[in-house]
Order: sequence, then structure tokens, then C-alpha cells
Amino acid sequence: MREGSHNYLSARKGLWSWLATTDHKRIGILYAIACGTFFLLGGILATFVRTELGTPGETILDQDGYNQIFTLHGVVMVFLVIIPAIPGILGNFVLPIQIGAKDVAFPRLNLASWYLFMAGALMAVFGWLFVGKVDTGWTFYTPYSSGASNAVLWLTSAVFVAGFASIFTGLNFIVTVHKMRAPGMTWNRLPLFVWAIYATGIVQVLATPVIGITMVLLFLEKLMQIGIFDPALGGDPVLFQHFFWFYSHPAVYIMILPAMGIISDLMGTFSRQQVSGYTFIALSSVAIAFLGFLVWGHHMFVAGQSALSSIIFSMLTFLIGIPTGIKVFNWVATMYKGSVWLRTPMIYALMFLFLFTIGGLTGIMVGVLAVDVHLHDTYFIVAHFHYVMMGGALIGLIGGLHYWWPKMTGRMYNETAGVIAAVLVFIGFNLTFLPQFILGSRGMPRRYHDYTELLPSFPEFAPLNMASTIGSYILGVGLLMILVYALYSLFKGPKAPANPWGACTLEWTHTGPLPDEHNFHETPLVTRGPYDFHLADDVFGPKEEN
Amino acid sequence: MNDQSSIWLPEPASTVAGDVDTLFYFILVTSAILFVGVMGAMVTFAWRYRRRSENDRPEPVQESKIIEASWIAIPSILVAVVFIWGFRVFLELGIAPPNAYEINVTARKWSWTFTYPNGAVSTDLHVPVNRPVKLRMSSEDVIHSFFVPAFRVKADVLQGRYSYVWFEATRADTFNVVCAEYCGTAHSDMYASVVVQSQDDFESWLAENMGDGSLTPAQRGERVYTQQGCFACHTLDGTTSAGPTFLGLAGSTRNFTDGTSAVADDNYIRAAIVNPAQEIVEGFLPVMPGQYATTLPAEDIDALVAFIQEQQ
Amino acid sequence: MSSTGTTLKHYFVNHEQQFDAAKLGMWLFLVTEILLFSGMFVAYAVYRSWHPEVFTYASELLDWRLGALNTVVLLASSFTVALSIHFVQKGENDKVVVLLLLTLACAAIFMVVKYIEYEGKFSHGVFPGAGFEPHGIVDGKDYSKYDIPFAPQFFSIYFVMTGIHGIHVLVGMGLFGWLITRVARGHFSPQWYTPVELTGLYWHLVDIIWIFLFPLLYLI
Repeated sequence: MREGSHNYLSARKGLWSWLATTDHKRIGILYAIACGTFFLLGGILATFVRTELGTPGETILDQDGYNQIFTLHGVVMVFLVIIPAIPGILGNFVLPIQIGAKDVAFPRLNLASWYLFMAGALMAVFGWLFVGKVDTGWTFYTPYSSGASNAVLWLTSAVFVAGFASIFTGLNFIVTVHKMRAPGMTWNRLPLFVWAIYATGIVQVLATPVIGITMVLLFLEKLMQIGIFDPALGGDPVLFQHFFWFYSHPAVYIMILPAMGIISDLMGTFSRQQVSGYTFIALSSVAIAFLGFLVWGHHMFVAGQSALSSIIFSMLTFLIGIPTGIKVFNWVATMYKGSVWLRTPMIYALMFLFLFTIGGLTGIMVGVLAVDVHLHDTYFIVAHFHYVMMGGALIGLIGGLHYWWPKMTGRMYNETAGVIAAVLVFIGFNLTFLPQFILGSRGMPRRYHDYTELLPSFPEFAPLNMASTIGSYILGVGLLMILVYALYSLFKGPKAPANPWGACTLEWTHTGPLPDEHNFHETPLVTRGPYDFHLADDVFGPKEEN
Repeated sequence: MNDQSSIWLPEPASTVAGDVDTLFYFILVTSAILFVGVMGAMVTFAWRYRRRSENDRPEPVQESKIIEASWIAIPSILVAVVFIWGFRVFLELGIAPPNAYEINVTARKWSWTFTYPNGAVSTDLHVPVNRPVKLRMSSEDVIHSFFVPAFRVKADVLQGRYSYVWFEATRADTFNVVCAEYCGTAHSDMYASVVVQSQDDFESWLAENMGDGSLTPAQRGERVYTQQGCFACHTLDGTTSAGPTFLGLAGSTRNFTDGTSAVADDNYIRAAIVNPAQEIVEGFLPVMPGQYATTLPAEDIDALVAFIQEQQ
Repeated sequence: MSSTGTTLKHYFVNHEQQFDAAKLGMWLFLVTEILLFSGMFVAYAVYRSWHPEVFTYASELLDWRLGALNTVVLLASSFTVALSIHFVQKGENDKVVVLLLLTLACAAIFMVVKYIEYEGKFSHGVFPGAGFEPHGIVDGKDYSKYDIPFAPQFFSIYFVMTGIHGIHVLVGMGLFGWLITRVARGHFSPQWYTPVELTGLYWHLVDIIWIFLFPLLYLI
């Protein structure tokens, strides 16, 4: 319709136009490249871990090697992939357009966040390559970490620096949502993805400084033995765990809330139906953002905190669990009397519901005090958080990337390839992690290099681990397949129309196949809600009477 | 009751295991029913309301208040039930019967040591069957976690403080102890066994092992001195630190800040350990922690007194 | 950039929106700062509740007179900053420059006093962490008497909290220096003075944190 006009990709050329860009869409692409690379790295590390555990005894890694690999897998996946990915990639690309803004409130700060994030990542890699190997686990528990190699100094600094990237991203989105909405874009017309990123921003701003100061104290503990966390110097290691989980539990919501937002948008768009319980989903995201600060102690039921604290934390954990469950019911109900279109993004949305429900229900199980005593620090926990973090957050991200891919690249991907890859991911994922529930509830501790000596009492550990390893390979093949057809689509894919899914939010209705450099020619005027398909004559043409 | 083994949990072997398992299976079955229900609805809707034409434009659905209320109420009731249930079993797990037999556990990279009240020491845990056993645990270095899957008990083991677990084994057999908190290189080799024996077998094992593992009181006292960190304030070489040196302390005359004095016999030394703030020696401050009367077993305090008396 | 500095970024609709956004962003940033310090305040509270007698005793080594002097200096600087915002709103940029220079001077005095305090501690072996080995006699206080368990924790917390606070003061000094050059070149006007306002907010926070640090560390 606007033939010859420049879109955000063609408006400027050259490497510098990318590295110095303040365009939120290009920054989103920068995050996509960075997080994609780290995800590949973390995934390769994961296959090392699974290969080692596939058969009893030492397979490909010795004890120290294994400990370093799972540590790096955890650090990379948590701090460099799951936490930054959805806000960084999709939050940046989609959020300002969805609310009808020309950019985020602080574009230069946005770019600075990306550089901070990259600086943190490079510090971690530098420490790993040139200073020493870290084998503390991603949780850095003292006093183990304060006695470990000096690379811990680099890793804690990396987490500190990357943390500030996260803070500034969250701050930027909060201000953007508050101050930059287009005329008519009232709070109850915000797409649920925007609500989710907004709630995430609150958690980022409130929680991340605490991990920042914790990392500073750990850094100084290691560097100068200041005696705050190390019991040999009079410090208290449980205090470190309190500090760590005060951030890291809310961080779980930094990871999962944005994915929930994506799923809400997908369920609405591909059911062509108003998202059931819109107000509830929107406000409960914000409520969860705050309540999430009150449950950190449920990671420490057996760590030596008082029984009373454990009881309180268990109760609060359930208070958070209930709204999450209600969201799942709402998403399912969204399809009721809708028009369900099973394209690749929707298949991932349904996969999310399947996997996340398992993750949530097993979360209830480990939130129950007496049962958690048995399950804590076993493979049951490993399986549980992979169902939430990967089955929830990353599957949500993959679904979202498939959904917004045409808008980001201007091209379509091969639908058949998309469906085949989704099936492989689904089978591989469940084959990897379902056996781990059983391994854990039967007593296999996590972070275990070898289980040979347990085999006389637990002979089933061998086939279960083997199944899990085979599953991880299938999962890997599925994910690589996505990478291949995505790259193919990037160069050879057919040109995408402006609104291939018949969606109702502004990024589809008010921009061309690729958005302009400043998103819109004129500021949109919003006259309906994000999922008011029955009012969207501008998308579907006037309704036929019958 | 030994046929309670299933694909999910190892055969239970302690009194609390049965309660934990019942709760586990209750949540598992309830969750499975909920999961099948939700997935059933999802698949049904996805098929029943699949898109028939490009131009499908369904009308918005009036949300049903009854359905909404029920999907808030039912999960709330279910989690309230499992919370209260879990809380009760947790108390059972947490409170040892007063007559429990106490064994000290020391964890280090990467082994366990078990010390029995008569001084016997072993690297595998021996316990009598059908009798409550309470473990008083501490670590010499990083955090470990004592976990016996068959008993469904677990607790982190820290340096500088005690943590406890208790259990009552229900059958004579051998079970695995594993370390559940990551502790470095050989974390996955930090094994021990729990050997559950009849009371008679246990008694005879104890009697046999008393000799080789036990220490003289002064040797044991030296271990307490090191493990409790007394050396941080009390030297053995005569130099003054935050507290008086132990060298030549026994038998000397102590002058107190209130002007009185006393000869340091073993009663005095014992009192100074369990109630340090009562009399302060001139030149020192009342900074010694006062909890040793409760945290140290009487044998350790006796041993410590013997050790201090030897420092001449 | 135009000479009045009243630049409206293309992605904002009007100046009001731009100013509101900047101010909200600054407030959120200050929230993160408070949470950063609150972690340290929690560590302080926990250790103090475990070892109240040690903390009371060890704090005798801190000179409350120097702490009080710094409190007065910082309060004065907060006042001059508030005045500078008042005058920049009136467009009296000469006064703004003088007031900001005064603020900068106060911040510098604060850092000098801080240096004297740190130097006095370091020269008598009061270091954070492993180097802690107090010795010597100052003002009739025998430092070696303070080498007791958990005194190192007090001084670790003291150095970390005042150190990070000091870094914030240094950042503030950098910001004031930058502001002074911009005011002198006439970049601000009664219509647009956002950087002055935001730096002022930041400086008040630095001041408030010190108001809590001073009694907690020096007085009780």
C-alpha cells in the first residue's frame, strides 16, 4: 500500500547502523542474535550433560568436567537466555508497536542495556576461558563458591552487570507503558502481552538490585574474606541463600510472565475469540509480580530455616499457585466457541498448556512441606523446573517467534517444517524430562556425575537415564530443525502479507509487512480492545449477515 | 506393608515414609485427574471449534460466573487440603520423640562420619530397628545434605551450626545415604550406608566397635576445640587473643573484673564454658557466646575440660 | 541541539510527555537504588541482632564527630541543589552555577572527610575482611582490644556500605561537573531543565541513605 517507502530494515544500511541503532525493533533483533547464540551454546552443553548421564560410569566427562559443564549450562541458560530473551527480543520488538508508540521512552538506554548485557556475557565467557573453571552450580552457594576458583569473581561480576541490563530494560518498559500509549489505548485495551511485560518490568526493577548487592558481597567475600557468608569466618551461609532466592524466585516470574503474555495473545488470535478472563489475567500478572517476592523461602525447606518460616512460605506459595492455575483454565476456555486455527504458533501455545500444566502441578507437589523434604534437590526438581522454564518460558518464546516472525523478517516460514519440528520438540522434551520425575522421586540427587554405586539398590536408574538422554537428542534435532528452516525463510522464504494471521493488535493492523523505521506514519487511534475480532471490520471487512 | 513399592517411590522403610507416600500419591492422583480434565477440554475445544473458513468471525462468549467461581473454588480447596496435610506430616518429620537415640554426624568433602554416644565412630550409619533415632549433624566445610531416600528424610548439613533429622526404621536392611546438596568434585561419590539392625545386633556391633574408634577424653576434647573454633579466641601457646590462653590455665588463680578471684579447677573451667558471662577475667570483655551449654553434649564438655587441664 | 536545549525527541508527542517519562524513569531508578542498599541494611540488621554487644562495642572506633560533620555537609549540599532547581526554573542561570559549584564543593568535602576516616582505620589495621588486625592506640582507645569475634563483620559491613555510598557520591560529583558546564553554556531554560531536576532527585537519595547510615554505624 505504501510502495517504495522505507521499512525499518531498509531505512539504513551497514554494520554501524545496527550497532549504534536506537530503534527498538533493531535492538530486538540484536537480542535475538545474542540470545540465539547463547541458547545454542547452552543446548550443546546440555547434550554433554545428558550424554555423560546416559550410561553409568564415566562416559565422556570426568567429575570436575561434568560439574563445570552443568554449571555453565545453568548460568548461560538462566542469565543469558531465559531471563533476557522474551523481554529483550519480543518485548523490544513488539511492545512499543502494540501500544501505538514510535519507540520506547528511553531508546539510548535501551541500546545501553543491550551493551551491558553483552558486556556481562563476555565477562562470563572471558572468566571461563582465561581465568579458571567454575563448578559452583548456577546458584553459587557459599561457602562452596567463596572457596572456588577465581573465575567466580568474573562470573559474579557478569551477573551483576547483566543484572543492570535487566533493570534498565524493565524500567524502560514500565515508563513506556505508562507514558507512551497511543490515544484510545486505555489500560483495559492493552494486549495481554503488554500487561505481562509490564508486570515483568516491576519484578526486574524490584528484584534485580538484590541479586546485584548479593553478587557484590559474594565478590568481596571471595576477594577479601569479609566474613558475611562464610561460616569459617563467622558468616552465615543461609543468609546468602535468603538473599539469592529473594531475587531468584521472583526471577522465575521474570522468565514465565512474558511467556504467559505470549500465550494469551496466541490463544486470542488463533481462536479469533476474546481471551477469557482478560481482566483477571492482566491483574493477576501484576499481583503475581508482587506476591512473587514473598515465597523465596520455599527453596529452603531443608536448608535450616525455622519450621515456622517454612510453613508460612509454603502457604504463600499456594496463594500464588491458584491464580496461575486459573490462567490455564482461562486459556483453555478462550477456545470455547472460537475458530481455532492450528498453525505452528498455536501448536506451540497448546504445547505450552500441556507442559506448563505438568510443571505447575508438580510445583504444587514440591510446595507441600512434607513431600518437598523427600523431593528437594533430586531430579524431580530438575524435571519440574525444566517443565516450567523450558516447557513454559522457552516454548512460549518459540511460539512467539513463530507468530511475530513475518513481522520481524517480512517473510513466511515453511508451515509443514514448523509442524514437524514442533512434534519432534514435544516428543523429545517429554522423553527427556518425564523419566527425570521418576528418577528424582525414587531418590537420585541432582548435580550427580555418576549413579553406578546406586544401581544395586536402584537398577531402574540406568534405563531411565538412557531414555532421558535419547529424548534430549530428539529435542536437539527438533530445535536445530527450527534453526534451519528459520534461516532458509530469512533468505528464501515467501514474502509475508501485513497481517497473515488475521490478528487485531496494532503491530498487525497498522503497519506494513515490515514496520517503518518509526513504526507508524501517523499515530494510531485505538477504538477497540486487542481481541475484539467481532468489531474488526478493518481486518476482515464488513460482516456478512446470515 | 513392604509391597508399597511402585514406579514412583522406593520401598518405604521408616515410620514417617508411609504418611509421606500417602500424601504424595494423593497429590499425584489428584493432579493426574486435573491434568487429564484440562487436556481433554483443550483437545475437545481445539477440534470441536476448529476453523471452518477464512471468514469465521465468532461472537464473543458471555463468561459464565458459575464456571469461573468453580474453577477458583475447587483448586483453592484442593491446595488448602494438601497444605494442611503436608503441614501435619512436616511436623511429624520435624519433631523427634524425646526418647530418640542420638547419633552425631559429621560431613566433609566427601565422606560421612557417625559418632555414637559411647564414643564409637563409623563411616556407615548403624541404627537399631523400631527405635527412633535422632541425628545431630554438622559439616566441616561446605554445605552437604543428608538424604536417605528409603526413609523420606533429608536435611542440609552446615558448618558452624547443628541441623537434625530423625527417623524410625521399620525393617532390618541396608539403605543408601546420599549427599543431596552439591558439594564439589566427588559429590556423586559421597555415599554411606544405613545398616538397620535388631536391637541385639546393634548393641553387639556397638560394643565391638567401641575400642577402635573411641578417643581418650583429652583427644576428644582437642577435636571439640578444633571443631567448635575455640582456637579463634583461646590459644594454646600462651599468647593472649580475645580470650585467655589455655596454656597453664588449669590450676592458676583467676582475677575477675568484680575484684574477686578463684582457682581454675575443673568445676571452674566447666562453669566458664557453659556460663561464660558469670565471671569475667580482668583484661577481657564479655564476648564469649553463651550457647555451649545447650549445643555441646555433656561428653564433649567433659572432654574439653580434660583437654584444657592437659595444657600445662 | 538548539541553544535553549528544549529538544523534543521524535518519539514523544509533546514536552510534557517527555518530561513525565524522564521523571518516572528516574523515580524507578531510585527505587532500584533503595533496594540495592536495602540488601546491605538487611545484612546489617541480621548481624546486629545476632551480636548486638559486639556491634555496639566495635562502633566505638568510628568517630561520630567526623560522621556528624559529613551529615551536616551533605544536608547543606541537598539544600543548595534544591535552591539550584528553584533558580533554574526562574532562568537565573548565574545563581544556578554558583549553587551547583557549592554542591560540588560539599561533595568534595564529604569525600575528603571519608578519606581521612578510611586512612585512620587502615593505618591501624582495620581492614575489611582477612586483613583485619587492629593495633595501636588512638584517642586513648587501644585498637588491639577490638580484635574480637564478629568485629570484622561490623567493619566489613561498614566499609561495604560507606564504600558503595561513596561511589554514589563520586558519581554525583561527576554529574554536577557535567551539569555546571551545560548550565554555563546556557543549555537549560525554565521550559527545559530535566537533567538538573533528575540529578537533584538522585542527590537527595544519596543524602537520605547517609542519614540512615550515620546513626546505624556511628551512633548506636
